Amino acid sequence: MNKSTWLWLVLGLIGFCLLPWYVQEDGLWGFEWLVDGYPFDPDYAPALFLLMQGEKLWLLPLAFWLLLPIAAIGNSPKTVRYKANVLLLAGVLGLSWLAIQGYSIGLRGWNYEALATLFGPLDDRQYGMGAGALLVTAAFLFILTTGIAGRGAVNGDVFVVGAIGLIIAMVTVFIFFPIVQMLSSALRDNDGTYSLGIFLAKFLDNKIWGLNCLQGGTRCGVAWNSLFLAVLVGFSTTVLGLAFALVATRSGFKYKKLLRALTVLPIITPPFVIGLAIILLFGLSGSITQFVAELFNLQPTRWIYGLPGIYIAQMLSFTPIAFLVLIGVVEGVSPSMEEAAQTLRATKWQTFRTVSLPLMRPGLANAFLLGFIESMADFGNPLVLGGNYDVLSTEIFFAIVGAQNDQGKAAVLAIALLIFTLTAFYAQRRWLGKKSYTTKTGKGDGGMHVMLPRRVLLPCYFIAMTWGVFTVTVYGMILYGGFVETWGLNNTLTFKHYITAFGIGYNDFGIHFKGAAWDSFWTTLKIAATAAPLTAIVGLLTAWLLVRQNFAGKNAFEFGTMLSFAIPGTVIGVSYILAFNVPPIELTGTGAILVISFIFRNMPVGVRAGIASMSQIDKSLDEASLTLGANTWRTFTRIILPLMRPAILAALVFSFVRAMTAISAVIFLVSAEYNMATSYIIGRVENNDYGIAIAYSSVLIVVMLAVVGLMQLLVGRVDTRRRLSQSESKA
Amino acid sequence: MKNIRLLLLAPLVLAGSVSSPLYAAEKLTYYCSAQEDWCQLMATGFEEATGIKVNMTRKSSGETLAQLKAESSNPKGDIWWGGTGDPHLQAAEEGLLAAYESPMRGEQNDWAIKQSESAGNQTIGIYSGALGYGYNEDVLTANNLPVPACWSDLLKPEYKGHVQMANPNSSGTAYTTLATIVQLFGEDEGFEFMKGLHKNINQYTKSGSAPIKAAARGENTIGIVFMHDAVKQAASGFPIKVVAPCEGTGYEIGGMSLIKDGRNPENAQKFYDWALTADVQTRALEVNAFQVMSNKGATSSPKAPDLASIKLIDYDFKKYGSSAERKRLLKKWDDEVSVLPQ
Repeated sequence: MNKSTWLWLVLGLIGFCLLPWYVQEDGLWGFEWLVDGYPFDPDYAPALFLLMQGEKLWLLPLAFWLLLPIAAIGNSPKTVRYKANVLLLAGVLGLSWLAIQGYSIGLRGWNYEALATLFGPLDDRQYGMGAGALLVTAAFLFILTTGIAGRGAVNGDVFVVGAIGLIIAMVTVFIFFPIVQMLSSALRDNDGTYSLGIFLAKFLDNKIWGLNCLQGGTRCGVAWNSLFLAVLVGFSTTVLGLAFALVATRSGFKYKKLLRALTVLPIITPPFVIGLAIILLFGLSGSITQFVAELFNLQPTRWIYGLPGIYIAQMLSFTPIAFLVLIGVVEGVSPSMEEAAQTLRATKWQTFRTVSLPLMRPGLANAFLLGFIESMADFGNPLVLGGNYDVLSTEIFFAIVGAQNDQGKAAVLAIALLIFTLTAFYAQRRWLGKKSYTTKTGKGDGGMHVMLPRRVLLPCYFIAMTWGVFTVTVYGMILYGGFVETWGLNNTLTFKHYITAFGIGYNDFGIHFKGAAWDSFWTTLKIAATAAPLTAIVGLLTAWLLVRQNFAGKNAFEFGTMLSFAIPGTVIGVSYILAFNVPPIELTGTGAILVISFIFRNMPVGVRAGIASMSQIDKSLDEASLTLGANTWRTFTRIILPLMRPAILAALVFSFVRAMTAISAVIFLVSAEYNMATSYIIGRVENNDYGIAIAYSSVLIVVMLAVVGLMQLLVGRVDTRRRLSQSESKA
Repeated sequence: MKNIRLLLLAPLVLAGSVSSPLYAAEKLTYYCSAQEDWCQLMATGFEEATGIKVNMTRKSSGETLAQLKAESSNPKGDIWWGGTGDPHLQAAEEGLLAAYESPMRGEQNDWAIKQSESAGNQTIGIYSGALGYGYNEDVLTANNLPVPACWSDLLKPEYKGHVQMANPNSSGTAYTTLATIVQLFGEDEGFEFMKGLHKNINQYTKSGSAPIKAAARGENTIGIVFMHDAVKQAASGFPIKVVAPCEGTGYEIGGMSLIKDGRNPENAQKFYDWALTADVQTRALEVNAFQVMSNKGATSSPKAPDLASIKLIDYDFKKYGSSAERKRLLKKWDDEVSVLPQ
C-alpha cells in the first residue's frame, strides 16, 4: 500500500482508539475530557474503550472494516486491482455502517418503531458524532476514494478522486440531506402522512401564482412579484456593474480608486441598513420627500414602500457583486485580441462590439445570474421596505416564524423559488453555449486595453457619477445617523449610541468590554474569519475539478455544488435546525453550524469566480507542467493558483463579508453563546432603536473595509506582465 | 471486570470529581421573547442574584416556538420568558413545556394564575397589556384629521391610507386584534369591521409593534398595537398619543414557561421563582416596559395605561388561543378581507 493509504488507516485507528467517540458538551476544541475520567468515562471514551467495557457494541464492525485493508493486503505483493477492490470494499462498508448505526440508534434508543419490534427494545442511546467518529469517517472516505482511484478512475489520480469524494460527501451531508428533510415536509399534511394531493393544492395556491393584477385585481401572486423584481434587478445590476467595470479599467477617469472604493461599500453593509437609510431619505417623513414636497407644494406619499423601495435598495446592494464579477472578466479580456482587431482597421466601436463585449459574455451571464438569485433570496430589504409587495423570501420566513408556523407552506414556497432560480441557471448555461472564451493563453500576451469608444464612455460616466453621488449620500446619512440622538426628531449630536454599544471600561482585571455589542462583535469576527478561507478553498477546489478534470457524473456534481446558491437562506436556516439538532450530526447551538452554513451558502460564489477565471487560463499551461513531471497537486498549487489570485481574492472577500452581513439563515442558527452582529442589529431595528443599529453597522463597515484591505495586501495583485496602460504610465 | 477498572481508576475519578465543580459552572439557557433591553436586564439580574451563568437568546415568540418545535427531540433551552401568551399556550398544547407550580403563585394576580391553570400549569402569566392604538399628533394635524377615540372611528373615510396594523398571519398582536374585534362585535359584524378597516389600511406590517414605530418616525399616522408599546414610544420622546378604544378592548398576557427536558431544570425553576417576585418585576420600569406586572406587589409606572380604567372584554384565551380556532379565523380573514381592493 502507498503512503497516503497508510496515513488514513493510522488516522482512522487514532480516531477509533484514542479520541472521544461522541460529541463533547464544551465543543470540539474543549479539552475537559482529558482531565475528567478519560478514557473510561462513557461520555468521553474512545470507541475502543467503550467496546472493552462492553458498551455500544454496535460500533464493533467499524473496527473490522478499518483493519480489513491491513489484514487483506499488508505489504504482500498482490495485484493492483485486488488492492483497490479491498480498499473500496472497506470504505463502502465502513461508511454505510456509520450511517446505518447513526440513524438507527439515537437519543432515545431505536429511532424507528420497526427496528424496536424487529430487534426488541434497546436500553441504550447515543449522542452525536465527536472527534473520534469524525476522523474515522474521514478515514473511510479516503480509503474509499483511494480504492476508486486504484481501479483506474480519473487516470488513477488519488488526489483528484479524493477531492471529488470529499466535496460530494460534504455537499450531500450539508446541502442535500437538510433540504430533502425540509422538502419532505411539503408533502406531509399536519398529521405527518404523505400526500401528493395536499402538495399540489398548496403549490397551485392562488396566493403564489395568482394573476389578478393583470385583470385589474388587487395583487398578483407572490411568485410573480419575486420574478418581476429579480429580472429587473438582475438586468439593472449587470448594466451598472459593466458600466463601472469599464470606467474602472478602460477610461482616463481620474477618480477610479474612489469609484472602486464606492462600489465596494454596499457589499460590506448589512442589507437592512441601506433600507433604513432609504426610509430616512425617501419615506413619508424622509428628508428628500419633505424637501420636494415643500418645494413643489405636494402631498408627501408612501411611494417608497413596495416595489420602488426594494428595487432601489437591491440595486444599491447588489451592483457591487456584478462589478466584482465583471471587473475580473473585463480585465481578463486579452488586449492582443483587441489589438488584432484594430490592426485589421476596426474602429473602436466595432472592436468593442464584436471583440471585447462577446468575450465578456460569461461574465455578463454570471453577473445577471448572481443579481437575479440575490434578489430572489434577499431578505433584509423586503423586510424593511416591502410594504404590501410580498416576495417569496420574506413569505417563507413568515410562514415559519409567524403565528401560522407552517413548515409545509414554507417548503412549497421554497420549491417555487427553486424552480425560478434553477431555470435561470439552466438558461444561462444554454446561452453561453460551447464557444471558447480562452484569453490567457500563456503565450506572449503584451499590449494594453483599448480605451472605450465615446458612445459607450459617456453613458458609463453618467451612470457611474449618478450612482456615486447617490451612494455617497446614503452612506453620509448612515454615518451621521449613528451620531444623532433620535433621527428626525432630535438632531443633537451625541456619542451615546457608540458608548452603549462599544463602551470600554477598566476594572481590577484590566480592560473590560462592557458595551452591549462586544459579545456579538467578537463572535462575528471569529466566525467570519474561520469561514472565509474554508469557503475559498472549497469553492476554488470545486471550480478546478469542474473546469479541468473529466469524470463520470460531472454535470450532477456541478448541479449539486451550485444548488445551495439557489436556496434562500431562510430555508437553509430551518432545514439545518431540523437536520442537525439530533444525532448522529449534532450541531445546533454551536459556532460550527454557523461556519458550515456560511461555507455552503457562499461556496457557489467561489466556484463561479473560479470557473470564470479558470476558463480564461489555457489548458496548455497545465499540460506543460504535467509534461515536465509535476503531479496534479503541484500543478494546481504552482500554476493555477497564482494565476487565479483575483478569483481567490474575490472568494475570500465575498465569503468574509457575507459571513459578517448575512441575516436570513443566521437568524435561525444563532444561539445564546454564538450571537451574530446582524441578528443583534435586527433586534435593535425591531425595537425602533435606529441609533444603535446604525452605529453598530458603521463600525462593522469600517472593520470590513480594514479586513478587505488587509486581504488585498496578503493575496496580492495578479501580475500578468502586461505593459502599463496609458494613464498609469503617464502618472 | 468493572471493579478492577474502578480500582485502577480511583485516583483519576477522584481527581475528576474534585475538579469538576471548577469546570462545570452552573448555567441556564434562557430564551427571551420580550424587548431586548428587558431580556438583558433579566439575564444580568439573575446572574447577579444567583451566580448562575445565563446564556440568552432573544427571538420573537413565534420564532421561539418554531425553534422549540424543531429542537423538541433534543431541547437546548431551559426557560422561555416573555412574549405574548398564545405561543406559550400553543407550546403547552403541543407538549413542549414542563408543568411547575411555583411557591410564588400566592403573590400573583388572578389573571396570571388563570392563564397557568388553562394550560395545566405549563405556563404562567407574567405581565399583561391592553390592546388599543396610538397616533402621531404631528402627522394628524398636518393632514387636518380629527382625533380618533373609538374602534369605529377608524372606519371613517378621511383616515384612508393613514391606518396601519400588522398582518394577523404573521403577528400575534394582530391576531389578538382580530380576535378582540370578533369577540367585541360578534363574528359577522366583526368581519364587516375588518373589511371596512381594510379600506383605510396603508400597510399590513409583519411585526406586531411595527405600526406604532412607523407612526413614531412619522412614516404612518395611526398604528393599532398594544397600548404599552405606544406608551413606550411616547416615553422615548416621539409625538405619540395613546387611545383606549371607547367600545372596550382585548388584552394579552405575557407568558413564562419551563421547557420540557431542559438540561438545567433546577436552575430554570430558580429563575421561574425569581422572575415572579415583586422586586424583579418592578425593575421593568428601568427599561420602559409599561405592562401591568403579574405580582400584586410590583409597582407600575404612572405613565402606564391603568387596566382598571380601561373597558376590558372578557377575552377567551382558551378558545382564541387554540390552533383550530386560530387557523379558522386566519383563513377567513385571508379569504374574505385581505383579497379586497383597498
